[in-house]
Amino acid sequence: MKKLLLLLFALALAAPALATAAQPPQKQAWSFNGPFGTYDRASLQRGFQIYREVCSACHGLTYLKFRDLAAPGGPGFSEQEAAAIAHSFQVAAGPNETGEETDDNGVRLQRPATLADVIPSPFPNQQAARNSNSGALPPDLSLMAAARKDGVDYVYSILVGFVEHPPKGVKVKEGLNFNPYFEGQAIAMPQPLTSEAVIYADGTHASLQQEAHDVATFLAWAADPQMEQRKRLGFEVVAFLILFSGLLFLSYRKVWKGK
Amino acid sequence: MADPEKPEPTRRDFLYVATGTTGAVGTACVAWPLVDQMNPSSGARADAVLEADISAVKPGQQQVLQWRGHPLIVRRRTPAEIAAARNVRLEDLIDKLARNANLPEDAPAIDANRAAIPEWLVVVGVCTHLGCTPAASTAEAPQGSYGGWLCRCHGSEFDTAGRVRTGPAAQNLFVPPYAFLSSTRIRVG
Amino acid sequence: MADGQPIYRPKHGLTRWLDSRLPLPRLVYDQFVVYPTPRNLNIWYTFGAMLAFFLAVQIVTGIVLAMHYVADGSLAFASVQNIVREVSYGWLIRSLHATGATMFFVAVYLHLFRGLYYGSYKAPREIVWILGVLIYLAMVATAFLGYVLPWGQMSYWAATVITSLFGSLPLVGDSLTQWLWGGYAVGSPTLTRFYALHTLMPFVICALVALHIWALHVVGNNNPAGIDVAGEQDTLPFHPYFTVKDAFFLSLFVIVYAALVFYAPDALVSPDNSSPANPLVTPAEIQPEWYFLPYYAMLRAIPFKLLGVAVLLGAFISPLFAPWLDSSKVRSCRYRPLMRWFFWGFVAACLTLGYIGSQPVAAVLHLGVASLPLVWVGRCATLYFFAYFWLVMPILGRIEVPDPTPETIAQPVLIKEGAA
Repeated sequence: MKKLLLLLFALALAAPALATAAQPPQKQAWSFNGPFGTYDRASLQRGFQIYREVCSACHGLTYLKFRDLAAPGGPGFSEQEAAAIAHSFQVAAGPNETGEETDDNGVRLQRPATLADVIPSPFPNQQAARNSNSGALPPDLSLMAAARKDGVDYVYSILVGFVEHPPKGVKVKEGLNFNPYFEGQAIAMPQPLTSEAVIYADGTHASLQQEAHDVATFLAWAADPQMEQRKRLGFEVVAFLILFSGLLFLSYRKVWKGK
Repeated sequence: MADPEKPEPTRRDFLYVATGTTGAVGTACVAWPLVDQMNPSSGARADAVLEADISAVKPGQQQVLQWRGHPLIVRRRTPAEIAAARNVRLEDLIDKLARNANLPEDAPAIDANRAAIPEWLVVVGVCTHLGCTPAASTAEAPQGSYGGWLCRCHGSEFDTAGRVRTGPAAQNLFVPPYAFLSSTRIRVG
Repeated sequence: MADGQPIYRPKHGLTRWLDSRLPLPRLVYDQFVVYPTPRNLNIWYTFGAMLAFFLAVQIVTGIVLAMHYVADGSLAFASVQNIVREVSYGWLIRSLHATGATMFFVAVYLHLFRGLYYGSYKAPREIVWILGVLIYLAMVATAFLGYVLPWGQMSYWAATVITSLFGSLPLVGDSLTQWLWGGYAVGSPTLTRFYALHTLMPFVICALVALHIWALHVVGNNNPAGIDVAGEQDTLPFHPYFTVKDAFFLSLFVIVYAALVFYAPDALVSPDNSSPANPLVTPAEIQPEWYFLPYYAMLRAIPFKLLGVAVLLGAFISPLFAPWLDSSKVRSCRYRPLMRWFFWGFVAACLTLGYIGSQPVAAVLHLGVASLPLVWVGRCATLYFFAYFWLVMPILGRIEVPDPTPETIAQPVLIKEGAA
């Protein structure tokens, strides 16, 4: 353990030399930027559609519950719509009347999810997730937009950043894919989105950029679901404090007058 | 701060009062989130709906589920228990109100108002006196003299419709909001 | 203290009854109403009240968070997500606490630098100063312990790196770190004990603050002129003059606090702390919170582990000796033409160290054609940090010719008024 610190220093020194540094993410204009920005509801709903049809094959959203989809400040699904969405997901069921948790083939009993359930990971545990993804672990996406620097732009950039043929001189290991925005520029995830990977329920043309934009918006909300309430309350609080400071300033001047 | 020698309110007084009031209002507003955080969280509120399969309950038995942290009694009554409950006159009851969340507050405590489907009685298993869980009668071991439940903490007795018949409890066992989704599936909350 | 101070005279039967049994109203009256305060205190003297305010904020929001937080390695991260997403106003309370720590440190640093500039550490306020430094050290410990609790990647690796410092001690190092961890690495037992200690520290800080204020009120406030209060004309009662002044500047400070809480709650939080603790993977760039960056830079500037730890320890305790290191008879840098420059050099050294701590360890400063590794800048700044206490303070007081100080506090105030 004595050596740990030195080891850390050595790693920090060595890290840039070993890995090819990631490109900084492409900055996008987001509807939720700025002190008055709000989420684009239609974009959130389209983003959820992509999550449901593409991402959820490998990634969970386990800090979110289905009812969050109908919560204020979110994608704006109705409670009925959210319940129907929940019903289309399967989650592990509790033991049945006879106390069994698996069927005769040893498969975990399942039931349709309810509004109170978390949006589940498709894998029962990390080992199963790695096993299905040639050793790589698909991360939970609940906090992806917060867990990286410039997270929303990062998500967008990763999704549009796949290049079929890496530039000359760059060798990508077997099983990895070249992506200049990922640390080391090689990512285990194969390109998940292509143009018209989904057919949008609202008729929007599903270009790759549009899809990446929508799913990044959705993940921004997933990581920060209270943003709209936060900014609204913040405006009221700051306005109040400015008024209060003004009054205090006048009182301060009166009290100190002639001193 | 106001100068006591000046009797009439001055601009200075007004300013100080306004500043102090604004500060007090602001402090009160800050207190609210600190109080509200102790209320049930959105997760706890959302989990307050229970769906359960009750097909395993045989006549004369009950299943105890957990709803909002309390025991929830689902009793499948025998014809004799239903008859016993129906034969009680309203004026003999301590609490003449049905205490049924699915009905208006002033509904009388007749058996039909306690159990919409006579075979199934659904009540919250919390004694209305001080919150203990009453023990249920079985064919072999009746609890209390009314064929229903006996609260062992302070001796309140309930009949086969969950209505209080003797003392210290003053209200019938509460009937929660519930609905049958099918003949064997119930949703509470 | 001052002879002309009004005397508390309870008017009602109840207050008279209380006064003869527990004279709490008298204490408040004497210490916070009529307490004679030098009339020339400037804005830099309002940070004491701000610190009291933020201590209260941290305690109140901390108690609230403790109602929902679970100090277990497998549940801590999820419990914080539960607070932020499900508990009513949980996101707000968590942000108030995390950002509150930042504001607390902003205020304490300004308060400390003010004390250094105006010579508030010099006799007769040695004990006030030492208690103040101890409060700061207790805050450092509390902040570190608290940073571990969300159990994200930065929490975990901060705990690992800092506790590993103890491993550098000869003979006992390894057993000491294992004792701290409750295992062979940072883990759930570490988290649970850090939580217990994090909730203990506010009591320690409150006790130290009570002593700090007590000691201060025995000797009275220092002031920008650094001269003693000569009489009644030099002071004003604490209330309403300084209550309203402190309240106004506090209100301005709270606007900044609110702006951070509501519009940039994550501005000072590393994104890596949004990933749950993973003992198998160290984040690419580990970095402490901004208020520890200068110490972090010092640690990195020293290439030998044990010496690095010694330097760190020295940086924390050197200020404790300031009252006896400084040989000058004049307190305030306002009348110390040379010390003033050394003081600003000290501030610059601290800021430089903070900047270096925020940069990758191998970063290089480019000045036209010349390039300078930041680690060497860090070494110079570290050297200056220590030289300020151990060389500048003792030597400068003997060779510096101070400017003439005013006769009384009231004098320059009156002169200014006469001119205006």
